[in-house]
Amino acid sequence: MSIDMSQFHQVFFEECFEGLEAMESGLLSLDIGDIDSEVINTIFRAAHSIKGGSGTFGFTVVAEYTHIMETLLDEMRDGRRQVTKPAVDVLLGSVDCLREMLTSIQNEEDVNMESAAQHQAALEIELNGKAGGGEHAAAPVVHAAPFVVPVEEPEEEEEVDEEQGWKISFCPYLSLLKTGNDPVRLFRELSALGKLTSNVNIQDVPPFAELDPEECNISWELTLVSDATEAAVREIFSWVEEDCALELAPLAKPKKVKKPKPAPSPAPVVEAAPAVVAETAPVVAPKKAAPTESDPSKNAPKASSSIRVDTDKIDTLINMVGEVVITQSMLGLIGENFTMDKVGQLKRGLAQLERHTRDLQQSVMNIRMLPISFVFSRFPRLVHDISTQLHKKITLKLVGENTEVDKAVVELINDPLVHLIRNSLDHGIEMPADRVAAGKPEMGTIELKAYHRGGHIVIEIVDDGRGMDKAKLLAKAIEKGLVEESTIMTDKQILELIFMPGFSTAEKLTDISGRGVGMDVVRRNIQSLGGNIDIISELGKGSTIAIHLPLTLAILDGQSVAVGDETYIVPLVSIIESINITEKMLNKVAGKGETFKLRNEYLPIIRMREIFNVKSGNATKSNEGVIVVVEGQGALCGFLVDELLGQQQVVIKSLEANYRRVEGVSGATILGDGSVALILDVPGLVRLSVR
Amino acid sequence: MSQENETPAAKEVAQTNSDVPVTIQYLSFVLGKEEYGVDILRVQEIRSWEPVSRVPNVPLYEKGVVNLRGAIVPIIDLRERFALSKVEYTPLTVVVVLQTGSGSHTRIMGVVVDSVSDVISVDKSEIQGAPDFGTKVSNEFINGLVSVNERMVMLLDVDKLLTLDTMELIES
Repeated sequence: MSIDMSQFHQVFFEECFEGLEAMESGLLSLDIGDIDSEVINTIFRAAHSIKGGSGTFGFTVVAEYTHIMETLLDEMRDGRRQVTKPAVDVLLGSVDCLREMLTSIQNEEDVNMESAAQHQAALEIELNGKAGGGEHAAAPVVHAAPFVVPVEEPEEEEEVDEEQGWKISFCPYLSLLKTGNDPVRLFRELSALGKLTSNVNIQDVPPFAELDPEECNISWELTLVSDATEAAVREIFSWVEEDCALELAPLAKPKKVKKPKPAPSPAPVVEAAPAVVAETAPVVAPKKAAPTESDPSKNAPKASSSIRVDTDKIDTLINMVGEVVITQSMLGLIGENFTMDKVGQLKRGLAQLERHTRDLQQSVMNIRMLPISFVFSRFPRLVHDISTQLHKKITLKLVGENTEVDKAVVELINDPLVHLIRNSLDHGIEMPADRVAAGKPEMGTIELKAYHRGGHIVIEIVDDGRGMDKAKLLAKAIEKGLVEESTIMTDKQILELIFMPGFSTAEKLTDISGRGVGMDVVRRNIQSLGGNIDIISELGKGSTIAIHLPLTLAILDGQSVAVGDETYIVPLVSIIESINITEKMLNKVAGKGETFKLRNEYLPIIRMREIFNVKSGNATKSNEGVIVVVEGQGALCGFLVDELLGQQQVVIKSLEANYRRVEGVSGATILGDGSVALILDVPGLVRLSVR
Repeated sequence: MSQENETPAAKEVAQTNSDVPVTIQYLSFVLGKEEYGVDILRVQEIRSWEPVSRVPNVPLYEKGVVNLRGAIVPIIDLRERFALSKVEYTPLTVVVVLQTGSGSHTRIMGVVVDSVSDVISVDKSEIQGAPDFGTKVSNEFINGLVSVNERMVMLLDVDKLLTLDTMELIES
């Protein structure tokens, strides 16, 4: 076995998680009473591949667990068993449990056997309790049974000192190898539980001439130092139980570990533990240090993230590269013996090259694009679970799951969305009785929409619940001292209050929402992605939360502005408008702060020259220049710049890769002439100006 | 303390005796009348000075950033960093692009110097520790001194040199 299996682990885990997702969405879409056998088949296939895969890679825990699920699913598939709601719930629970197991294995942590055993018990009760007349059903269960029994054992065991363990006498029958079992694998599993030492008994091995390589003549005396339960140890042997004589005895408990030791100790400062072990179980002692040594490596960052790309996209990319190569060789030909009459040809060639380059850029960007369904697909489950927990009736409608968005956005938008959906579930949708009383259908609806608009993706969460009570919001804000009582606020400003840190109107905290942390974090997350978030809400009719995000984090639409001799880029998303300034629009506040009147609103002005200490160029008088009205931190303000230069798409480069974070600057880009321009971080600048 | 000082010296003697001198190559450059050296393996390239894009609200010796084949690279004026008198940049002014960092995370940074003078090979045993100037002159960037053709060359610690103030904060 010289093949290093670990190189395939990444793929295996990815496939498993995909399979689990398929199972989950299949289970959720199962309509009790009218079963689509194709859905069951899909679930079954997913379970089967996970079982097969984990068996191949030696993750027997997973394989065994999946086996039981598979048995249950198989019966459902053959129609030998009714698909009932409890059964589906148990299966859903098992999906979670499997995911947990796989994550632990992926992170090289110990699998939480207790929860696995509990889920397994539930599965088997489901399987055995209502064996719907399937006599075949009994058979596969048998060998999995032993490790269900001692579920409560761990509690008792925990009180015992750490040095506990098991003495295992393992005498395989001659036929063990013929059944395809390999003791080495078992020992590897065992050593994952703790420190394993073995004593091999080879008396029974016949002389070489009589040796049958397919017979197992060796037996082992194993000592396992571990806090593993008997169940966990037995479980490892569960596949070979019928092919061996297995005896398990707990190790003699050592005397109290921390008992002061009169014996001379070379390093009295060090905790005496290792020395004690040496006394009681000399075989084990030298290896005691090993587990702690290996620990740090477990925390090492996981392998780099990967992305699955549709082959179509790659084909397009290859075509595109072909076009570019052709154009390039054409241009080369023109350049070889260039005469002035070829200028027209050259121009055409260059135009073509430009077009191809743009297409190429587009296709490369496309590779990073994933459908938003990667995020959305988790929500049916969330809604299903929470609505059951809250005794509400809620359907979730997904619209536009195939809208594509940058991978980085997909990864970062999940948490804010979960938070918003939870909010809608908990606070938005009313209890069924209240809904009926309000003349609404009993079933509440949450709609999750994604669509493209301009260079943006818009994600909307629409619920038809009770909406937000603006009067209540305002009262709460005044009570918490977040706003002055006399402040006159627009409806929009009142709704924006929910983004203030520490603001929660929920009367009581639930474990779903209402802790008052959250909405401000949600908004900060979304702003850090270069997006913004809006709320529309009507009391009694429901709320709509709209998130606008840039399609990609690598390219940005920018407005370049001149400040002195320097050029800066303002993200186009945050610009509301730009206006030439006139003297009478400017007002001083307390001699220092400046505001200007934009139609009916007074907005603060940030002078870019001052905040960035620009000394070059002619100092602009206060009545010259352009005000760029931007939205940052939920409020409008004006940046005073010297001149607007033009709009362009810029490629975002990190300033931190070689340099450092600079306040008020979110990144840098390279302009057409090769020079570097800084991209402004609008919310950051607003913060900077306040100081 | 004295023991500690002797041991490396003894080692070096042993190495010279066995005819395996450990030589390190340094790129030397000039700042005013002073000559400095950096480990040549840390030097990525030498470029002529070109205008930078200023970065607002950073120390003055951080001149700004330039585009180095698609990467944004900061440029530091060593004269200003060492609090030497300022000079106008001339066509002879050069930028030495150095790299620092360990493992997967390396960063590159350009330092502005008056001119590059030489590549010198230095036997490790010839390097003297930097004398302690007390608080008068900070020697935190100086790894050691070496004399080449009667000139004194100060060997710089690139990693320390490229650690900008507050950068540690950001990395943590």
